[in-house]
Amino acid sequence: MNLSPKSAKSAKNVSFAVVGSGGAGAITAGSILLEAAGKSGWHGLLNRSVGPQIRGGEAAALVRLSTRPAFCMSREFHILVAIDWKNADRFIGSMPVAPGGLVIADPAAGEPPAALREGDCTIVECPIGELAKSIKGGRPNMICVGLVAQLTGLPVDTVMQVVASKLLSKGADAIAASDACIEAGVAAAAGFGATFHLGAPEASDKTRWLITGNEAVGLGAMRGGVQFAAAYPITPATEVLEYLAPALAGIGGALVQAEDELASINMIIGASYGGRPSITATSGPGLSLMMESLGLAAAAEVPIVVIDVMRAGPSTGIATKSEQSDLNIAVHGFHGDAPHVVIAPLSVADCLFTAQWSVHIAETLQSPVIVLSDQSIGQAHVLIDRPADVTFLTRRKTYEPSAETYLRYAVTADGVSPMSIPGQAGGQYTADGLTHTERGTPSSTAKAQREQMDKRLHKIESFDFGDHWGACEGSGDTVILTWGSLTGAAREAIDELHEDGIDARLIALRQISPFPARALQEALQGARRVLVVEQSHSGQFYRYVRSQIDLPYDINRLNREGPTVIGPDEIASSIRDWKSQ
Amino acid sequence: MNAPTLKATDFTSDVTPVWCPGCGDFHVLMSITRALAQLGRPPEDIAVVSGIGCSSRIPAYTNCYGFHGVHGRSLALAAGLKVARPDLTVMAMSGDGDGFSIGGNHFLHACRRNVDMTYVVMDNRVYGMTKGQPSPTTEPDWDSALSPGGTGLSPFHPLVIALASGANFVAREFSGNIKACTRTIVEAVNHPGFSFVEILSPCVTFRPDEREWKGQVHPASVPETDDPARAARRIMTDDGMNTGILYRGKRKPYFASVKDSFGDIEPLERAFEV
Repeated sequence: MNLSPKSAKSAKNVSFAVVGSGGAGAITAGSILLEAAGKSGWHGLLNRSVGPQIRGGEAAALVRLSTRPAFCMSREFHILVAIDWKNADRFIGSMPVAPGGLVIADPAAGEPPAALREGDCTIVECPIGELAKSIKGGRPNMICVGLVAQLTGLPVDTVMQVVASKLLSKGADAIAASDACIEAGVAAAAGFGATFHLGAPEASDKTRWLITGNEAVGLGAMRGGVQFAAAYPITPATEVLEYLAPALAGIGGALVQAEDELASINMIIGASYGGRPSITATSGPGLSLMMESLGLAAAAEVPIVVIDVMRAGPSTGIATKSEQSDLNIAVHGFHGDAPHVVIAPLSVADCLFTAQWSVHIAETLQSPVIVLSDQSIGQAHVLIDRPADVTFLTRRKTYEPSAETYLRYAVTADGVSPMSIPGQAGGQYTADGLTHTERGTPSSTAKAQREQMDKRLHKIESFDFGDHWGACEGSGDTVILTWGSLTGAAREAIDELHEDGIDARLIALRQISPFPARALQEALQGARRVLVVEQSHSGQFYRYVRSQIDLPYDINRLNREGPTVIGPDEIASSIRDWKSQ
Repeated sequence: MNAPTLKATDFTSDVTPVWCPGCGDFHVLMSITRALAQLGRPPEDIAVVSGIGCSSRIPAYTNCYGFHGVHGRSLALAAGLKVARPDLTVMAMSGDGDGFSIGGNHFLHACRRNVDMTYVVMDNRVYGMTKGQPSPTTEPDWDSALSPGGTGLSPFHPLVIALASGANFVAREFSGNIKACTRTIVEAVNHPGFSFVEILSPCVTFRPDEREWKGQVHPASVPETDDPARAARRIMTDDGMNTGILYRGKRKPYFASVKDSFGDIEPLERAFEV
């Protein structure tokens, strides 16, 4: 068998795909293997590739295992196992097998797609279906688990441990059947004469979590003290809300399913006005519907958090694929001048911190905060080290009863006014989207308009965002400037370049608006050339940065619409191939 | 249940209403403050939420906690507030344009959701704040600059929709009958679940013909019922001018609410450990 030398020795990364029609259990197989890898100290992530059908279409688990923290999916796969090839033609092109890779096909399932037969890979036949049938209660996807465990060097007993915990409710017979399948798969793969063993994991004494970005956002919000959520389902944000529903109810909070996004945004404004830190999650179409009421939250100074899990737009776009193209609407979508905050998580693990931080900022500034996550991190299942506990002194500045007339929108040194909570005697006021006086009384005077606008701008601009504005890593006069989810790909590109002896510096923005101009300019000190990387057709981020600061450097751009996510190899190539003067 | 220590004036603010002289909404404000005095809870325990339009200016004219939000969304904001703060008495205030046109969808779902709150809609069958355009309850042949010759559309029937959508209390009153309005608002607030009160409230500026309502309204000839079928039969033969409580249902109010004490999130974190 002619396998590439790189795959024969233990590697830093091994990627595999398990393919099958919907219901065949391909995703389950991938999840079991990923979890077993996590238990054994490795890192990695899983993306689901599902067809446009709701059920019964094709499905694939794309898994990358790594000896180090992994931030994005690989572009090529070392192993592709197919339970069947039904409809596989439709998406097999998006999961190329690496040169020297291995395709495991069940002869009973017919011929592999032409793209694979013609590729530089080895196709081995394995009677997956038959093996499963020979075991009472056996399932083909568990054969696949055994095949991949053997090929990658995952400890089989750990794999079985994971399976046992997943099948606990199904009884001992189901567990025994699965174990037998896994053993059959291991035995079959041992006969292939090939291995793609993963190197020893980097030592770590940290607890390992398996989590999606959407779950991490939900948990981060809970860490931040959120007690109320309103929800309207939308891909790819629904999982944030589905996570929060039982989680909130379990601690004494509540989630309400709304009739539309117009309702969900107003529900959280109402709940927050009532003193409860509140959140909702949506995607581009829903964010568009929420814009008017986000402006209300800015004008009436009600703290709320809106998570936007971005997807490919415009309009309905591609609901299941990622883009970073809601930057413009998040920053500029409000009518009138409405200072607010926009931040973006830099990775799946960072979803936890950024969501927690968003609640802190919203509550402290009595302002709407928009968090720009996206599908690529929202729906990725990733092994991470348990994120550190972070404590913010989150406190809404509240009203202290006094004999004087309460001024809800009093002009203060930091622009933040004490906010009364319904039930507090003497604190009654009417929150209003109309221009108002310090008391809150509607007014159309120039004084009221100027005074309140100054105050609202001041509170946002004078807030100390600390060193959370972004990440600055690596060194050298070549800079990769990016934001949000693409930070992971850029980080891996820097490592890749470093191995080739090329130094590069990563600057990634977590704080989008207000723009961290001074921090970014400091981080850019000594730069000679800057590559701006983003997942947007028009280069929204690049244009936004240019509108905020001068970039007197040799500038190059790597920007593209979805659905194909920009990967580390492309970023590294852009740097290597940069013919600068 | 009367609390003699509270007067209607305890619930009024010092803000001067923007309404035209003779506007029915003055009477609605009086009825609301009288009802609140009768209900006996202090102003700080009451929240009045509204959208946009003449009637939606009402929160600032009370001495309660108020929220004057965006156009059409008062019910959603009020629902969020009530679920988050079940201890408060929450009232939403709206008009026929705010409540039945731009906010129509929320009306359906607020009735379905049955959160324990009261919804008062001041219906004058016209957009007054924007100076005289037809609303969903306007007659089809009512002439205006925006819809010359009339809209040609059948009027929306708020009570039918409320009943069909699951509101737990449905009533109609006329703003000029302050006593009856006050009594019905008290009943509406005291009834569990979502209570809907339509108040015919004349716009004397853009609908001077509505000055005649005073002589046209009449108490309903049949008593209130807890049977939705009977209420439906009665409302289908409604002339639009009969007043009183139509329906008082027995549905359980919306279940979810935020509690006063919160559990530890540690178990949530452990669930992600591999």
